[in-house]
Amino acid sequence: MKTVTKDLLRLATVGSVDDGKSTLIGRLLVDTRQLFDDQLDAVQAASEKRGVGDLDLSFVTDGLRAEREQGITIDVAYRYATTPNRKFIIADCPGHVQYTRNMATGASTADLALVVLDVASGLKEQTRRHLCIAALLGVRSIIVAANKMDAVNWDESAYNKVVEQINTIASELDIASVKVIPVSALIGDNVVERSANSPWYNGQTVIEALETSDAGAWAGTQDGARLPIQWVLRQNGGGRTYAGMLCGHTIKVGDKVTLLPQGVETTVKAITNAAGPTSEAGVGLSIDIDLEAETDAGRGDMIATAPLPTVSKEITATICWFGDKPLASGQRLRLKHTSKVTPVRIAAINGVVDIETLKIEDADSLTTNQIGLATLQTADPIVVDDYREGRVTGSFVLIDEVTNATVAAGMVGRASFF
Amino acid sequence: MSTTPMQTPKSASHLDLLESHAIFILREVAAECERPVLLFSGGKDSAVLLHLAKKAFAPQQLPFPVMHIDTGQNFKEVLDFRDAAAAKAGARLIVAKVQDSIDQGKVADPGPMGVRNRLQSVTLLDAINDNKFDAAFGGARRDEDKARAKERILSFRDAFGQWDPRAQRPELWQLYQGKVNPGEHLRAFPLSDWTELDVWEYIARENMELPSIYFAHQRHVVLRDNMWLAVGEWVVPSSDENIEVRTVRFRTVGDANLTGAVDSDADTIEKIIDEISIANVSERGATRADDRFSETAMEDRKREGYF
Ligand SMILES: Nc1nc2c(ncn2[C@@H]2O[C@H](COP(=O)(O)OP(=O)(O)OP(=O)(O)O)[C@@H](O)[C@H]2O)c(=O)[nH]1
Ligand SMILES: [Mg+2]
Repeated sequence: MKTVTKDLLRLATVGSVDDGKSTLIGRLLVDTRQLFDDQLDAVQAASEKRGVGDLDLSFVTDGLRAEREQGITIDVAYRYATTPNRKFIIADCPGHVQYTRNMATGASTADLALVVLDVASGLKEQTRRHLCIAALLGVRSIIVAANKMDAVNWDESAYNKVVEQINTIASELDIASVKVIPVSALIGDNVVERSANSPWYNGQTVIEALETSDAGAWAGTQDGARLPIQWVLRQNGGGRTYAGMLCGHTIKVGDKVTLLPQGVETTVKAITNAAGPTSEAGVGLSIDIDLEAETDAGRGDMIATAPLPTVSKEITATICWFGDKPLASGQRLRLKHTSKVTPVRIAAINGVVDIETLKIEDADSLTTNQIGLATLQTADPIVVDDYREGRVTGSFVLIDEVTNATVAAGMVGRASFF
Repeated sequence: MSTTPMQTPKSASHLDLLESHAIFILREVAAECERPVLLFSGGKDSAVLLHLAKKAFAPQQLPFPVMHIDTGQNFKEVLDFRDAAAAKAGARLIVAKVQDSIDQGKVADPGPMGVRNRLQSVTLLDAINDNKFDAAFGGARRDEDKARAKERILSFRDAFGQWDPRAQRPELWQLYQGKVNPGEHLRAFPLSDWTELDVWEYIARENMELPSIYFAHQRHVVLRDNMWLAVGEWVVPSSDENIEVRTVRFRTVGDANLTGAVDSDADTIEKIIDEISIANVSERGATRADDRFSETAMEDRKREGYF
């Protein structure tokens, strides 16, 4: 029997439409033999049927009928790959601007963005938008596939130009770790197999870069532990136990904690994880906590250790707006933050991001797929961290009160690069 | 949760994280929705789902019933397991029968040996409507099929029970929001990010029980459509078909006339894990006739309201 202690890396593809994201993921999966024979046969049959050559690798992830007919990715496909030490969760995102909300869906849980761009055309506005969203979402590490090198005869200067463009925008967006790899997803060069066409390149292949980058960044760590209460378990003896998924920092029995927004100070009496009682629990795990004090806490409240989060009915935040109609001040919506749902009012729109310059321009509304800054007033107090401090406690979504559709991604505070 | 001795802290493995994520989803949907239900077939994925649900709410009872859509063509071993597992979990078991939908004239009778798999969608949607369920947990995984690979963890169904793959709600971070209007409902898939191998490694780690047909055993089978079908009430060989006795097991569990057995000597969980680790045919490719009809068989069924 194989070992079962692997770590978990979540990655999302980003980049403009048709630059080769799905082809690259197809190539990665085929060349690392993650596909079963019947799945490969099915991709082959579908390719032949549509007259797109013997094997259109984008069909590995573009599984919907409409996607195959139009040769475009519409929504995220999740695929899984394993190497001896690592499980990968791959989100292949759409590049088209119309589906930006789906790209944000895929990127919101990613540790790492795999940026794909066509070397012939370089960095496009849509690539900039995706990089900006990925950076806002907290991706701090990117692997860039300078793709379609075959189409430019493996011209080193075309690759160097992309390296320059990427380095510039990465520093503008405070992205710390950047690797740019010359690739042909179509032929399979420098993806899993090292290419003979790029003797001037000595860096890693895509798979080597994926295997050596940091895993587990998604949940992230901060100095304080946070347990948003999801569910209250009544114990047989009459006690109450608070259940939720831990984020921020590890927590131990005996830790001094504060129940928020109530402000009650107490101590952790016991911790149980999915395997049973434990003295300590780590981030990303579903746990139950018993507190020393008799408290009256419920879903939507939070147990936290110092430094404590902020309790407020007014927040300023960065908003990615996905609604069909513009977002303007005065509008009422529902806000979901951790396990808390509350009515919210847009008090002010404070600006919109110009994707070309990454600067904030004046605006009094946000249109579909725009990113902007806003002040929001909630009916109930919410317990928040700045998004850059805590990805779970700093994020929220806005919900349309009539259709119940999710219409915005929100991040508490403002990125340093604006 | 359970009361085993105190553990020493260690770093979280991929199975720990998948388990915690699934428990998180179960709790979130149970809290946000008025009347959830857990779809339980007795197969390995739904067994894992029920196991996780027990963990999520212990020591309380499950805050929702479990429901089986019974085509009437299931393996007896699986039905026995279904009843025993639901009883052991202390769960209320609802069985909605495709036969009832046929008797009520809601779907055409495919005949005594006809394929009933697709009719399930009607029975399922009726049961959801009749019980006013606003969320149904399913054990589907994204690695099973290319249409499932596209589906959200909380997947919205309109008043006709339909899935529209072109208009899915954004699903950001782990902010699963489960609000629906009357008549609409959600499907929730806590095992979305699990692979077949993850499921088996978890079953091994948790020492779970499963229906016996998952393990290698001797059976009378007949070759149809390149699959070994178990000879029985719904698979009656014709005179020109050869009945063979082979050592087989089932990789998935569905209707007896649709689910193929695979040649296998794997009679323990450990041997099954070894077998899957080197398999070159997918779970559904090896064993499910229902996905072979067309390129987008699963997408089409899902649009109609299938699991
Ligand atoms: N010459 C060449 N063509 C490529 C390469 N990679 C992808 N292509 C082609 O580029 C086109 C678009 O590829 P996709 O993989 O569908 O692009 P995508 O980025 O996934 O597109 P969206 O998901 O719709 O945003 C297809 O015709 C591919 O065959 C490459 O390395 N070289
Ligand atoms: Mg694509």
